[in-house]
Amino acid sequence: MLIDCPHCGSRDLAEFSYQGDATRARPDLASTDTKAWLDYVYNRPNPAGRHREFWQHAGGCRAHLVVERDTLTHEILTVAFARDAAGGDAA
Amino acid sequence: MAEYSALSLFKNAFSGNRDWKPAWRKPDPKPSYDVIIIGGGGHGLATAYYLAAEHGITNVAVLEKGWLGSGNIGRNTTIVRSNYLLPESVRFYEFSMKLWENLSHELNYNVMFSQRGVLNLAHSPGQADAFIRRGNAMRHGGVDAEWLTPQQIARKVPGLDTSKSARFPVVGGLLQPRAGTARHDAVAWGYARAADRRGVDLIENCEVTGFLREGDQITGVSTARGDIRAKKVALAVAGSTSHVLQRAGIERLPIESHVLQAFVSEAIKPFVDCVVTFGAGHLYMSQSDKGGLVFGGSLDFYNSYAQRGNLPTVEDVMSEICAMFPSVARLRLLRSWGGVMDMSMDGSPIITKGPLPGLYLNCGWCYGGFKATPASGYSFAWTIARDEPHAINAPFTLSRFERGAVIDETGHGPTPKLH
Repeated sequence: MLIDCPHCGSRDLAEFSYQGDATRARPDLASTDTKAWLDYVYNRPNPAGRHREFWQHAGGCRAHLVVERDTLTHEILTVAFARDAAGGDAA
Repeated sequence: MAEYSALSLFKNAFSGNRDWKPAWRKPDPKPSYDVIIIGGGGHGLATAYYLAAEHGITNVAVLEKGWLGSGNIGRNTTIVRSNYLLPESVRFYEFSMKLWENLSHELNYNVMFSQRGVLNLAHSPGQADAFIRRGNAMRHGGVDAEWLTPQQIARKVPGLDTSKSARFPVVGGLLQPRAGTARHDAVAWGYARAADRRGVDLIENCEVTGFLREGDQITGVSTARGDIRAKKVALAVAGSTSHVLQRAGIERLPIESHVLQAFVSEAIKPFVDCVVTFGAGHLYMSQSDKGGLVFGGSLDFYNSYAQRGNLPTVEDVMSEICAMFPSVARLRLLRSWGGVMDMSMDGSPIITKGPLPGLYLNCGWCYGGFKATPASGYSFAWTIARDEPHAINAPFTLSRFERGAVIDETGHGPTPKLH
């Protein structure tokens, strides 16, 4: 698997560190909605197919990325800097 | 169907082995059953067997998308152990160990259960303390555990680098003598044959494409071979849990699917007679009866439904086995493969009624589903038959995350890739 880092170009998987699902949204810190917190902390959609996820180019430029990847084929679909990608924790 | 025995082997040898009957039937699905089990792997087949054998429920179908035992039951590294720390885990896995000890006899099928011992190597004083603590917890729960010194380890496993100059010197090891390995395919086949003989229909090439419902109640499944109704539908599909339950409208679960790779080397003469694990990284290794070294390491560390992994993990695992056993460095690898693990948020399984009425769920096995097969089937069958959990699976609910009652052996928190 090669990930096309927007800063460094196409680099080997071994340089990247996986940080998990990028679609979950953290509730407001003042929120006492336990269902929303449960969903954020523990529950995942875990799709078979297109998955939006965080990676860090830990062995390179150290940028945090949002990658769209197919979990059935490992095909990388899109890569963007996490700070530019809307949605989830990155918003 | 003929019993397997020394006499039947002898008789069939004289007739050129032409008269063996198939180990199980290939029935067409009936329109309805008392219980449908989705997933014809180890856990699904064991559940069907215990439903029939322990609870007299024989109007049961096991629906399998591919062929029986085509998933993780045939993809693991065959290790059976009950060397856990937390009391819930110790009780559950030791119950499983006791079922393993009588399994070949109970199923009339040789699962080649070999109690050759599992040795966890410790490489630092802190790790030694943690292992000794776990050994004490095991003994407190009635499980066998022994602490070995480096000298005892060097005698037990001669190929191991126990020198002071090793990159991660061995400071001791925790041995569970009753742990060991089993022939993984035989476990699936043994349970399949024993369930079939009690009247369970094993239906292969029958993918579940949807769920039949009346209101919230699950009343059956749509399959590649038509609709099948059932009073109870039980799910034992490991890495595919989220994917299958989406068809029942369950969008989110405390599960991530990850790929785990395993490896076998070319066959060599007897080299190591127990299971050895490397504590300075993550590696577990044993030698099969055919002589190949069977081993595995960590997950690939990203969500995946592909039954294959990538090369950085292969390289990592190979470097670990060479650090442990320098003499294997020039062995050739025979095969490698991947399986899809249902990694739960606390590293422990879920065996429970729900999450919808009429539905029963068995998942979250992480790296450890194989050794759990008998206890998983036993307690899941109990839960389905009686609509309440057995004492051994009562803590392994889906609601434990909501209640904060997680069972987290390693203390890694809700980071599934680390369990």
